[in-house]
Amino acid sequence: MSVSEMLNIGMMQGFAGLSLFAVLLLMGLGLAIIFGQMGVINMAHGEFMTIGAYTIYLFSTITENHFPKLVQSYFIFAIIAAFFIAFAVGWFIEWSLIRHLYKRPLDTLLATWGISLGMQQIFRSFIGPKEVSPTLPDWLMGSWSPHEGLDIPINGMFVMALTLVVTGGVLLALYKSRWGLRVRATVANRTMANAIGINTKKTDRLTFAIGCGIAGIAGAAFTTIGSTGPTSGSLYIVDAFLVVTFGGAASLLGTMASAFGIAQMQSISEFFMTGSMARVITLLTIVLILMMRPQGLFASKIRR
Amino acid sequence: MSHDDSNDPISINRRRIMQGLAALPVLGLPGLSFGANLPTAQVNTTKLAVTDTEVTVGQLHSATGTMAISETGSIQAEQLAIDQINAMGGVLGRKIKVIKEDGASDWPTFAEKSKKLLINDKVAAVFGCWTSASRKAVLPIFEKENGMLYYPTFYEGLEQSKNVIYTGQEATQQILWGLDWAVKEKKSKTFFLVGSDYIWPRTSMKIARKHIEGHLPSGSKVVGEEYYPLGTTNFNSLINKIKVAKPDCIFIAVVGGSNVSFYKQLKAAGVTSAKQFLLTISVTEDEVLGIGGENMQGFYASMKYFQSLDNPNNKKFVEAFKAKYGPKSVIGDVTQAAYLGPWLWKAAVEKAGSFDVDKIAAASPGIEFKGAPEAYVKIHENHHLWSRTRIGQAQADGQFKVVAESPELIEPNPFPKGYQ
Repeated sequence: MSVSEMLNIGMMQGFAGLSLFAVLLLMGLGLAIIFGQMGVINMAHGEFMTIGAYTIYLFSTITENHFPKLVQSYFIFAIIAAFFIAFAVGWFIEWSLIRHLYKRPLDTLLATWGISLGMQQIFRSFIGPKEVSPTLPDWLMGSWSPHEGLDIPINGMFVMALTLVVTGGVLLALYKSRWGLRVRATVANRTMANAIGINTKKTDRLTFAIGCGIAGIAGAAFTTIGSTGPTSGSLYIVDAFLVVTFGGAASLLGTMASAFGIAQMQSISEFFMTGSMARVITLLTIVLILMMRPQGLFASKIRR
Repeated sequence: MSHDDSNDPISINRRRIMQGLAALPVLGLPGLSFGANLPTAQVNTTKLAVTDTEVTVGQLHSATGTMAISETGSIQAEQLAIDQINAMGGVLGRKIKVIKEDGASDWPTFAEKSKKLLINDKVAAVFGCWTSASRKAVLPIFEKENGMLYYPTFYEGLEQSKNVIYTGQEATQQILWGLDWAVKEKKSKTFFLVGSDYIWPRTSMKIARKHIEGHLPSGSKVVGEEYYPLGTTNFNSLINKIKVAKPDCIFIAVVGGSNVSFYKQLKAAGVTSAKQFLLTISVTEDEVLGIGGENMQGFYASMKYFQSLDNPNNKKFVEAFKAKYGPKSVIGDVTQAAYLGPWLWKAAVEKAGSFDVDKIAAASPGIEFKGAPEAYVKIHENHHLWSRTRIGQAQADGQFKVVAESPELIEPNPFPKGYQ
């Protein structure tokens, strides 16, 4: 193999690692907000992603049948819609169920798991058990090939860009907005926050819904790399929890660092050994690190 | 189990058939035309759920859970066949009644439900299972309770039972001819094998490797063999590895949702059918629905049935299927194999002149079904089907164009010598 070929493969492999990083971060972000900031173990996180993915499918079907001219541009609107639909469902579920369980954090695990099973069955009954793929605009497909032998996947670049926007937005909202201030105050000391006039119930509801909305965006983005079925969510949930727990539950910076670490470890080891072995090595490393640092990479320095 | 051992039950079966045939004139039955007038006491000596007007069978698939995606097609096809048989007057003059059980994609549940069907409901036959894991879970129960299972999926082989009729292809039927075709038509010399990490892909790839290294022209070799956990959605590193290895042929047995990610990412990485020859044994029309025709376009699949097969049986079958389940429904290899189950059971019951499982098991070898959508099948003594293997090329609309067909029916060989 020539030097230029090796360079090409090296670059594509580097990009593979980065695009996996983007995928993991996008997956973990919504969960990090809900689990990290509120302490709710949201087992239905994967299903909120599925809602986002089905939203894209819905939009693509409608566009194809009624507005064929808009096929190239519907995707952007569909992503925004995915956020709001998942947001609305999240709002409703917080109102109807989660808010009664804040004092029993372990029960949220069971309750949200129940919701996840229920939602899967709803998808199966009303949308259908078969996997679907939306028709994607042409500009999202294929590869960008600056020269012979080097192919950079366009959908990978798209997911990376979207991750950048969403992460930036979350950081900005959390550290520069009134909502962020209230969330941080509630996380730091709920009673005190209540005492100084922050409506913590409302804050909780908004936070949960925003976390769900971000999951919706993640699901929407994943339609460019995978398919959507009733149980797609369960494929992502393990990785999402892995990223958040490994990073340290209450820290967004930790979530980013852990997504980056896991992605690089996974994609580099996959290149040099078989897929299943790579997975074993990655998980083993995570387990070892968590044994030494149970609080995750970046522990929160908040007094509870 | 060696090949010689498997000859034993066969010879017993042969003897039974001879006895059965010898008994026919004694009973005064004219050939194979059995009427409704056979008394229940005669056609049912083992207390199955058979009355003068009705025979009860079971259907055991996953209607819920992960596997519902794949098994729904089988449930529909079996129901269609049963409806058609009932419209023709049923089996031995008795209408078929179906008890549907849901295995829920959970193997212990499959075992429980099969016990229920066989012990409580006394069903005369069961059409069901999809994954090898579910079949392995119910097999001991079918053998102990002496039930009859019609199993539709193409699978890894290495199994044979008196109590199972395998209507899908076993691994050698599906793989060997396909690889020969790749060498002959596509001049493939180097192969990269990729599969999901469980028994079917691993056994299939083992057979493929033995064939490539031992039976294909010298110089043929395997340049990579990779397995990924079920549900993997990230294949970028693998695709880079394939690019480094530069195989003439990528040979794929990836299943489930992973399939979709794999082909989408393959396309996104610039590996298209214009540049790369790819042969899969795991993508049917059902999977293409999820993958998207434009991502699969130009790649090849090796299996026994494609919806686009051009013969009168298949035209009728596709028409009836779409009339019942909607014009957009697609039919994959396993769906067609599931459709064969009730028909083959009906033929066996009529040949045996009885619903008794032992008699059906003995009568099954040699049964032909000329109305099969795949054109023609025959049951082998090892309870698998003789069938042709076809190569289909994926089209943008999600259908396959059949580009090659094995000239003869391929003999099922679940215990292939030299391939284990």
